[in-house]
Amino acid sequence: MLSTSNRILLAAASLLLALAFVFPLWRIVLQAPQYPEGLGLEIHVNTVTGVKPQDLQNINGLNHYIGMKAIEPDTIPELRLMPLALGALLASGLLVALVGRRTLARLWVGVFLLGALAGVADFWYWQYDYGHNLDVENAPIKVPGMTYQPPLFGTKKLLNFTATSWPAIGGWAAFSALALAIVAVTRRNDSTGRAVPRATRPAPVGASLPVGPSRSLT
Amino acid sequence: MRNRQTFGWIAATASVSLVAGYGFGCTPASRPGGTVGAAGDVASQVYVAPGTHDEFYAFLSGGFSGQLSIVGLPSGRLLKVIPVFSQYPENGYGYSEETKPMLETSYGFVPWDDLHHTALSHTDSKADGRWIFVNGNNTPRVARVDLTHMETAEILEIPNTGGNHASPFVTANTEYVVSASRFSIPVPNRDMPIAEYKGNFKGVVSFINASEAGKMDVAFQLIVPGFNYDLARAGKGPSKDWIFFTSYNTEEAAEKLEINASKNDKDFVAAVNWKRLESCVGEGKGTRMDADYRHNVMDEFTRAGRTETKRSVMTILPSACEGAIYYMPTPKSPHGADVDPTGEYIVAGGKLATVIPVHSFSKMQQAIKDQAFDGDAYGVPILKYEATIAGEVQDPGLGPLHTEFDGKGYAYTSVFISSEIVKWKLGTWEVVDRIPTYYSVGHLMIPGGDSREPFGKYALAMNKITKDRYLPTGMELAHSAQLYDISGDKMKLLLDFPTHGEPHYANALPASLIKDRQAKFFRLAENRHPQVVRAAKETGIERRGKTVHVRMSAVRSSFSPDNIEGVQVGDTVLFHVTNIEQDWDVPHGFAVMGATNAELLVMPGETRTLKWVPTKAGIHPMYCTDFCSALHQEMQGYVRVSPAGSSVPLTAVSSRRSQQMARLNSGEGTPAERRALEQLRPDRPPVTTATDPHAAHRGTSPQR
Repeated sequence: MLSTSNRILLAAASLLLALAFVFPLWRIVLQAPQYPEGLGLEIHVNTVTGVKPQDLQNINGLNHYIGMKAIEPDTIPELRLMPLALGALLASGLLVALVGRRTLARLWVGVFLLGALAGVADFWYWQYDYGHNLDVENAPIKVPGMTYQPPLFGTKKLLNFTATSWPAIGGWAAFSALALAIVAVTRRNDSTGRAVPRATRPAPVGASLPVGPSRSLT
Repeated sequence: MRNRQTFGWIAATASVSLVAGYGFGCTPASRPGGTVGAAGDVASQVYVAPGTHDEFYAFLSGGFSGQLSIVGLPSGRLLKVIPVFSQYPENGYGYSEETKPMLETSYGFVPWDDLHHTALSHTDSKADGRWIFVNGNNTPRVARVDLTHMETAEILEIPNTGGNHASPFVTANTEYVVSASRFSIPVPNRDMPIAEYKGNFKGVVSFINASEAGKMDVAFQLIVPGFNYDLARAGKGPSKDWIFFTSYNTEEAAEKLEINASKNDKDFVAAVNWKRLESCVGEGKGTRMDADYRHNVMDEFTRAGRTETKRSVMTILPSACEGAIYYMPTPKSPHGADVDPTGEYIVAGGKLATVIPVHSFSKMQQAIKDQAFDGDAYGVPILKYEATIAGEVQDPGLGPLHTEFDGKGYAYTSVFISSEIVKWKLGTWEVVDRIPTYYSVGHLMIPGGDSREPFGKYALAMNKITKDRYLPTGMELAHSAQLYDISGDKMKLLLDFPTHGEPHYANALPASLIKDRQAKFFRLAENRHPQVVRAAKETGIERRGKTVHVRMSAVRSSFSPDNIEGVQVGDTVLFHVTNIEQDWDVPHGFAVMGATNAELLVMPGETRTLKWVPTKAGIHPMYCTDFCSALHQEMQGYVRVSPAGSSVPLTAVSSRRSQQMARLNSGEGTPAERRALEQLRPDRPPVTTATDPHAAHRGTSPQR
């Protein structure tokens, strides 16, 4: 059985997921000289919108020059699936916290972890598809060898645009939920104050220092 | 004093003869290096660094251009020209079917006017940033320009009025905008000998309801003696129920006014109590008179103007409303009537006077109470000069015209003949500073200088004569304006810049008041134009008898449809172009070869219509005129015009891309439809209306 504090942690992790329904998961911002106010996309659990209401259609409008498909949220099945999956995760997480069995909890965290990895991978795949699968024949602008996949994390130059992609509040909430849940199932139950298991023990500052040079020597 | 004036007259006369001499000779030699008028390093005071914004929006009337220009201050940079009473081929105003109704009058379509004065809407006698009103002097009209869209939103014709010069001044809370007649005429107007002017021609002071957008209306007209009413200013604070008009030609001359209207020692400032008039009209003391005038409104959602004909107007006589109007004798053909920020002083610029007379509102109230009258003019009581005068500014220069205030107790009067601005102190009436203008200043403007809270930092002189201020440009020169720093004891010339048309008056307000409220595009979803293209199935072409409607979308970088066949010589083709973009600063233009009107500039989300009557058979290119994108040059199409009676079917080719953008922008359609749309490949045959019964689903409506 999980201790009360760990069960509370698990419940808190589940509830944190609710933020992902309210706030966008990811944000991709595009900047160019003639767009001083910027253009941006927000990926929500069930849709894709512009940072400003008209941004999505303006991005679609620009993308037609390079032959990119229009981003139409209605045509992306994951956006219908994700609210269900996330809802189920949230509900079952609360249930697991209530039951309090450690194996069940570990199973739940495992599902969560796999789901999160699958989600990010799937997102990357969509980015790849939009960026590579171009209607080259009808694209007015063709730059040999150029593809337009935006970054998953960080910043990348795409022709005149600088694309910057990071998780948004909903995404950070989901990652935090995952981290909390991992802590909840790996932390020692008792309150004797002994060392926590290795998996979650924070590395001491500078602990990796000896590793760096020795690696570079080999 | 005497000497100074004499010298001024001699100088003015001398310069006129000199110019006459030059006129027959050659262009003046270019000026040697060095500045005239500015002292020291003033550049930094007007330098607005690249990418940064001016501190004030200034709205300069365009005079005979019929337009209003927006200039940033202190840089003097021209930001925009707003067409109001004049057609403007640059954007199609007054040429497109939607904007033509804005220029309708009882005289028919009048595509020009003389736009003299500006008046920002006020709340509590301060600019509130909603609108700016402007007058049309020639065919009497008042227009409302919206300060969110920066375009003409409404125009009202003023009946019974000859020359709407004393206009458009606003009351403290924009309850009314006024209009008063410069030229008296018979009321109602009729055919009669001009020699019978005296006693038969009337002046008219109109009060226009102006507090609600789209509902301007003449509330009532006060019919006054047939003098020339010149300018006006509403009271503030204690005098807020009153409005003051200057008048000249109290001689009631109808010929050679230059001499015959300059005979009287004193003319009048008419003090009109509009609250009193309002209640008299409310009590049924007015008379409804037959009239014929127009009211034009640009609809916010269809973006089309509509004209309403009005058939009557409420009038009232001074005799029917005692206490509504008094005359204050004022020397000599006064021009400007300006009320100081406290509402106590009424400054009259007597353009031929040797002093600037200042009336006191409280003294005027007392004089009315004491019945300190000096006779009457056609039943309007004339108050005694000594009973209302607060003081006279001595030695103000020659030809004082207009006065603005800095809110720190000083007044600034433009002086035309001696070409200077004179700064004087309210209360002591002493002149404290004077500075030349280049040349012959008309109005001057201090941001907020007509309001209860002026921003006493800059003064702008708007001059009537330019001469050698800029590189000479043939005979016609741009009018010049000068910006002065008035923040210190001494006025300082900062900047000299050319203007559009002839700015008479101007207003300015702090940029922060309206800059963040500027519209960026019209929402396509809210576009209620009957011919809007919001969805693919709405684009297309349709014949109704000899009229062909083309519903066309414009998006970077294509028109849809782009190729049209089956139009015949003698058809009337109406291109209804919807710019389906929803982005800031992406207008599309539209022009077709041989169009006898103008081009269109269509703002994002808006629909505009160009009428074209082709006169020759052949292929007529059409294209986007506003460089919109990297592929702007590809944004084109053709219209095939066949001889009348030809059997070429009416067809239109639409690009897949623009149809899809129309759908996406409108947010319409089911997911299945959207996927089906994706399936439409460009390699499939183009969608045409001629033969395909399903065309309506794919973007064009069937031929009728």
